[in-house]
Amino acid sequence: MTSFVKESGGGRWQAAHGDGRPMVEASNVHKRFGSLEVLRGIDLVVQRGEVACLVGPSGSGKTTLLRCINHLEQITGGRLYVDGELMGYEERGEKLHELRPREAARQRRDIGMVFQHFNLFPHMTVLENVIEAPTRVKGQSKEQATKTGRDLLARVGLADKAKVYPLQLSGGQQQRVAIARALAMQPKLMLFDEPTSALDPELVGEVLDAMKQLAKDGMTMVVVTHEMGFAREVADQLVFMDGGVVVERGNPREVLANPQHERTKAFLSKVL
Amino acid sequence: MIVLGLLALFVYGAATNVDYHWDTYRQYLFDKRISLGSWVTLQLTFWAMVIGIVLGVVLAVMRMTSNPVLKSVAWVYLWIFRGTPVFVQLVFWGLFSSLYAHVQFGIPWGPTFVHLDLQHLNALFFFACLGLGLNEAAYMAEIVRAGISSVGEGQTEAATALGMSWGLSMRRIVLPQAMRVIIPPTGNEVISMLKTTALVIALPLSNDLYNAQNNISGVIFRPVPLLLVAATWYLAMTSVLMIGQYFLEKRFARGSSRRLTDRQLRAQMDVMRRDESAGG
Repeated sequence: MTSFVKESGGGRWQAAHGDGRPMVEASNVHKRFGSLEVLRGIDLVVQRGEVACLVGPSGSGKTTLLRCINHLEQITGGRLYVDGELMGYEERGEKLHELRPREAARQRRDIGMVFQHFNLFPHMTVLENVIEAPTRVKGQSKEQATKTGRDLLARVGLADKAKVYPLQLSGGQQQRVAIARALAMQPKLMLFDEPTSALDPELVGEVLDAMKQLAKDGMTMVVVTHEMGFAREVADQLVFMDGGVVVERGNPREVLANPQHERTKAFLSKVL
Repeated sequence: MIVLGLLALFVYGAATNVDYHWDTYRQYLFDKRISLGSWVTLQLTFWAMVIGIVLGVVLAVMRMTSNPVLKSVAWVYLWIFRGTPVFVQLVFWGLFSSLYAHVQFGIPWGPTFVHLDLQHLNALFFFACLGLGLNEAAYMAEIVRAGISSVGEGQTEAATALGMSWGLSMRRIVLPQAMRVIIPPTGNEVISMLKTTALVIALPLSNDLYNAQNNISGVIFRPVPLLLVAATWYLAMTSVLMIGQYFLEKRFARGSSRRLTDRQLRAQMDVMRRDESAGG
C-alpha cells in the first residue's frame, strides 16, 4: 500500500494550528431514545493525531457515541466538542439550542465518516462518489476535485476502478472507496463505524492496512471496532464501553493484556 | 400453435366481415380531425403529467417530512383527489368558470400581478390539463413516496455525514436512485393518462382523439370503424411512449448491475497498461 503522505516529513493530516486543544472532547454525554438511555455520562478526550478505538459488546452504545460526535444523533445531555466547537448546539446562557441544519452541515464537512455497510452511492461511479461532496458542498472545481480524487483512489490502491460502479467491486474495495470519499473532504477527524464487520475475513486486511497508513500519516481517528489486533497495533487509546458507560480505558496493550475490570475481562475472553 | 391458429382465424374473420367497414376505416384513418385530435390528446397527456409529476413529488416530500402541518395537508389532498372520480372533478373544473369568472393573483386590496379571464375559450383546455393533472398528482405522490422509501437510510446518512444539506442529498442522492422504482409505474400512469384524456368531454372539451372520433361516427353512424381508427392511433402513441420508457429505465439503471460493460473494461485495461509502461 502506498503512503497517504505526499510530502515527506509526515503530518499531512495534522491540523496546522495544533494548540494543544483536543480534537474530540466529550463530557458527561447522555443520549436517550425515548425511555431507553443508551449513553449514560460518557467522558472522552481524543488528542490531535491520536487514534482511539471504542470496543465493547453490541448495545454498549459505542456506535451511538460515534454518531453523536458528528451530530448524526443529537445528544440529550452533556457537552461534546470537536476541535473546540460545540457540536450541533449553540450555548446561550445556560441553555443549549440546536443549530440550524445549515450550520450543522457545515460542522460535518470537516469530519469524515466510514460506515459498516460502506453506503457508497450506487448510481455514481467510484470517481463520482469521491468528487461529489468536494464539488457540491465545498464548491471545488471539477478538474481539481477529479485530480485529488484520482490521487486518493491511487493511494487506496484503486486507480484502475475510477469508472466502475460500487456494486461491481468487492466489499473491501468498496470500503476503501468509502475511505477515499471521506478523505476527499480533507477532514480533520475521521470516524469509523465497524468498518470491517461486513467484510469477508480475507478482505479485512486491505481495509485495515489503509486505516493503518492513515493513522501513521497523523490523522485523528475514532474507530469502533472488534479488531483487537488493529487496536493493539494502532490505537493510542482503547476505550471499553458497556451499558452506556466507559468501563475501562487506557493504553491498548495494557488493557488487552491486563484488564482491570470484570466486565472487560469477560468481554475480552470472548473476542480474543 | 393453438393460440396462433385462433388468432389467425379471428383476424381472417374480422378482415372479411363487411360490418367492420374497412373502407371507412381507411377513409378516416388519416382524417385531419383525427390527427388533430391525437395532437390534442398528446398535449393534454403531456401537461397533465407535468403537473402530476411536479406536484406529486412535492406532495410525496411533504408526506415524508416531520412537519405535521405539511403532512396533513398532503394527506387531505390525497384523500380528496383519490377519493372522488376524476370525471366528477373534471365536471367541477368545467363549472369553475361559472363559479369564479376572474382570477387575480396579487396582494389583496393591493396591486394585481396576473389577471385571468376564465370565460375565455382557451380556459377549457387549461382546465382540462389542470383537472387531469391535479388528479394525477395524488397518484404520482404515492409512486414517488414508494420510490423514496426504497432508497436505504444509509444513503441519506452518508450524504449528511459528508456535509450535504437535506435538499442536496434529496436531489443528488435519493431521487436519482428512487427513479428506478418510480419510472415503471409512471410509465403506466402516462399510458393510462393518454386514454383518460377521453374524459375531458366532462368539461366539456371535445377535440381530443376519442371525442373527435365520436363526433365523426355520430354523423355517419359507423362507430366500429371509427373506434378502430382511434384505437390504432392510441396504440401508435402508446408504442412510442413505451420506447421512451425503455431508454429512461436504462438510463437510471446505472450502477445496478455487477457486470462490467465493455467500455469500463477498456478503461481499466488502459490504466493497467499505463501503470506497466510507467513502471518499466
